[in-house]
Amino acid sequence: MNGIMLTLTGVCALIAVSVLMFILGYLVWNGGRYLTWTFLTHLPAPVGETGGGMANAIVGSGKLLLIAALTGVPVGFMGGVYLSEFGGKTFPFMVRYTADLLNGVPSIVMGIFAFTVVVLPMGHFSALAGGMALGAMLIPIVVRSTEEFLRAVPLTLREGALALGANKWKTVATVVIPAGFQGIATGILLSLARVAGETAPLLFTSFNNQYWSSGFNQPTASLPYMIYIYAISPYDDWHRQAWAAGFILLALVLAANIGARLILSRGIRVARG
Amino acid sequence: MGGLSDSAVMAQTSEEQPAIARAEKAASIAVPKIRVRGLNFFYGQRQALQDINLDVEANKVTALIGPSGCGKSTFLRTLNRMYETVRHTRVEGEVLLDGENVLASDVSQLRRRVGMVFQKSNPFPKTIFDNVAYGPRINHNHAGKMTLAEVVEHSLKRAALWEEVKDSLHKSAYALSGGQQQRLCIARALAVDPEVLLLDEPCSALDPISTAKIEELLFALKDSCTLVIVTHNMQQAARVADMTGFFLLGRLIEFNRTEIIFKTPSKKETEDYITGRFG
Repeated sequence: MNGIMLTLTGVCALIAVSVLMFILGYLVWNGGRYLTWTFLTHLPAPVGETGGGMANAIVGSGKLLLIAALTGVPVGFMGGVYLSEFGGKTFPFMVRYTADLLNGVPSIVMGIFAFTVVVLPMGHFSALAGGMALGAMLIPIVVRSTEEFLRAVPLTLREGALALGANKWKTVATVVIPAGFQGIATGILLSLARVAGETAPLLFTSFNNQYWSSGFNQPTASLPYMIYIYAISPYDDWHRQAWAAGFILLALVLAANIGARLILSRGIRVARG
Repeated sequence: MGGLSDSAVMAQTSEEQPAIARAEKAASIAVPKIRVRGLNFFYGQRQALQDINLDVEANKVTALIGPSGCGKSTFLRTLNRMYETVRHTRVEGEVLLDGENVLASDVSQLRRRVGMVFQKSNPFPKTIFDNVAYGPRINHNHAGKMTLAEVVEHSLKRAALWEEVKDSLHKSAYALSGGQQQRLCIARALAVDPEVLLLDEPCSALDPISTAKIEELLFALKDSCTLVIVTHNMQQAARVADMTGFFLLGRLIEFNRTEIIFKTPSKKETEDYITGRFG
């Protein structure tokens, strides 16, 4: 019996790891090969021509994430602080439950939401709408991760500050949040990496653009969207470019993950002296 | 370096003024620093303290002893209202600090006057300097006679930690040993110049050498501060305290001069506890 369970769980664990390894290897193999300087610095080539790049999509994804961070992170962060530090009983329970539900809302529904709230009133697709759709997805993730990391701050630190005459607000702002900051920053970085790869919320919000878009008021290209368009096209050259775009996206997400781990491990080193 | 030590001396003298004035005031009027009358304390439905009456004399060390769960820490936490961090607690009775009701006063103001050191040292994840400077900074009360750096130095000296950390003020407080961290917490509490310092088993996690250092410190602080210490360690109470109170099951069984409590206690429960028959 012991042997059977060990084999069964071991094989499943192996499958879990190998799926990731397969995706990684396949992307590096197919994407890395076609990754060229031109791809990083040039606009897409007109239909029918080969060559060109996705510079506008790379910048576009950056813009979308910037808007997402500016809209989603403050709300999520403050909400998390509220849940951890100030909440009573019933209302925080509702907020937490809602955040978890929101986290489970399909991302395309977030797109419809942003379409209704931003695109329809403005009358056109825009980076702003796409960024806000992603921002709405950030909120529940950041709320929960902020709350968790603040809860992990020992009660004794709060007591230390209160005992010196600090009020609740000062205690939270000057002791609790700084103590949990590394964890919170990690959570934010990971959540950004998570939404960076979202395609569905962008379909009818930021839409797409074959050219540069200036400012935040125009439709803009983004990496996931480009991958989608290029991957379903009939052209071999576009397929190769889709692989390369996938590779870049993966590299960004991986970089964010590694960055987050570095922040966290540095934090632990400080805490342990 | 000469200039620094000069300013340190200046700081010392200018800081000692209010403490001496306080001592004289306390001596001349001869009222207790803290007067507790008819204190009852409840955690929800459970009563943790029953009808406590006790006077804490100024510039003395008062020790509170008793077995675990007897209410001595709870009692300590009523003196600066730290019990308020726990939900569903309720207090009845009076706690008077210089005749002023603690339970009805502004809590931030109160905690500046009545400092606290905890069982487990709890330095903030900041530098040594920023730990000590925390209280003066949030209370904005370092303005005036001393600069912030002087307050930090003076407080670290009062906590007998200055010599060990003067070259590493801007390093993380977590780099210090357990005993040093606890003295840092004492320095942090002293930086707001409290009139009363509450210590909740401050040595329970420390080795004997660190414990001895903190006990020495308590002797030195008596001149400028009124001290109330909760301790599990009866020898410690006997060594450091002028007055000792024995708590059992939420009641103050006996409160008297330390040598009387330890040599000729009047209650049988006290004697049983002191002689190690239980607890």
